[in-house]
Amino acid sequence: MTLDTVIPARVLVTKIGLDGHDRGSRIVAAYLRDAGMEVIYTDPWQKLEAVVALALQEDVDVIGISSLATDHLLVPKLMKALDEAGLGHIRVIVGGIVPAEEEADLLKAGVSRVFHPGSGREEIVEAVAKLAVDAADDRTDD
Amino acid sequence: MKQATPEMPALARRLINGETAALARAISVVERDTPQAIEILRAIRPHLGQAIVVGFTGPPGAGKSTLVNAYVAELRRRGKTVGIVAVDPSSPITGGAVLGDRIRMAEHTLDEGVFIRSLASRGALGGLSASAAQVADLMDAADRDVVILETVGTGQSEVEMATIADVRVVIAAPGLGDDVQAIKAGILEIADVLVVNKADQPLASQTRRQLNAMLGLRATAEHPVPVLSTDAINRVGVADLADAVTVVADRRDRQTDRSALAGRTRHLLAQAVSKAAEAHVMNSRSEKVEDILHAVQDARLGLTDAAKQILGGILGYNANEQ
Repeated sequence: MTLDTVIPARVLVTKIGLDGHDRGSRIVAAYLRDAGMEVIYTDPWQKLEAVVALALQEDVDVIGISSLATDHLLVPKLMKALDEAGLGHIRVIVGGIVPAEEEADLLKAGVSRVFHPGSGREEIVEAVAKLAVDAADDRTDD
Repeated sequence: MKQATPEMPALARRLINGETAALARAISVVERDTPQAIEILRAIRPHLGQAIVVGFTGPPGAGKSTLVNAYVAELRRRGKTVGIVAVDPSSPITGGAVLGDRIRMAEHTLDEGVFIRSLASRGALGGLSASAAQVADLMDAADRDVVILETVGTGQSEVEMATIADVRVVIAAPGLGDDVQAIKAGILEIADVLVVNKADQPLASQTRRQLNAMLGLRATAEHPVPVLSTDAINRVGVADLADAVTVVADRRDRQTDRSALAGRTRHLLAQAVSKAAEAHVMNSRSEKVEDILHAVQDARLGLTDAAKQILGGILGYNANEQ
């Protein structure tokens, strides 16, 4: 008999910058929820400091940033801010409209994965689940 | 001045010293209920009892999160630090959850005096998660002056909160269908303060009247329950709410109220036992459990008697002897 329950992955799904088109982030939040994850969902237009504070307080494993109008250009700054806050273990993914040459920059900045239009539910869910495990393995404080 | 002792788990020490990241991490550890969790909870014990724990409950759409947001702003004006435990439901099918309570509290995200943690109910009934009481303790130990518990909105059965919170605020709102439907037996009895939110709406005074009438019918109350009006979005009536909460908190001597604490522990233990029993029945393929299951299926055995037999099997005693 086992009483151990599987601990759901905790994922922050949010948007930074000035674009408010949140349909994509809502759909991804629902995908992850239906895959058994706990999703912290916010309004768009989050400041980078707010994303760091949210990730810290909610102790998330993965952050998903939706970007449809160049907001992903802010993500390298976010990566740096997370690192400075001691949250370097958190995996960050970006989904939306990201040109190929800018994808390379994001990956170089530490983003784990970029999802383009047409990415399927299973592909996203599988990747996030794996990244959550990686993040948990990388924690240094317990 | 709180002093952390050196043999304490590092996480507990950092938490007591006020490190936000340690509080966040300790909550995850306690939610996972690992051996480390009990060490942390033991280490923080001497630091408990400083915070006032205020529970907010009410039906979905009554404005719980919005009112909590406004109440927190008022507490911050009064110089209080705040911890918030915001519980949203987990899907009973997939276990997943979208935790969105803090959308309405976004103005406090960058305030270091406010720590918000969203918890999924993870199958617990009664509006809170199984670890909510312990999470509240962690926030208490982390020097939060006020800890707020915001329940899942069902408005009819959140008596769980009553055993954990020092002050229970029950929120109603006009226009959620039959007014009295929104607040049924059970939830009304636990209220220390009743709030009619959305007081700007035309039916608000009627809701207030009905609540007052229901309170009038209630058998006995040691202290009269105030019925307040708030318009949380426009921050109307929130200072009065904060005052009313303080009045209730002041008449409770929380630290010396050992019997209440023992009652809470008994309640949490009972909850844990039923969870363990549930897991046993769901996962067990033992012959004994299967026999009992078939007996119930064939209507040879009633559910209550079956439960007693199973408990007897687990605990090794006759559950009929109370």
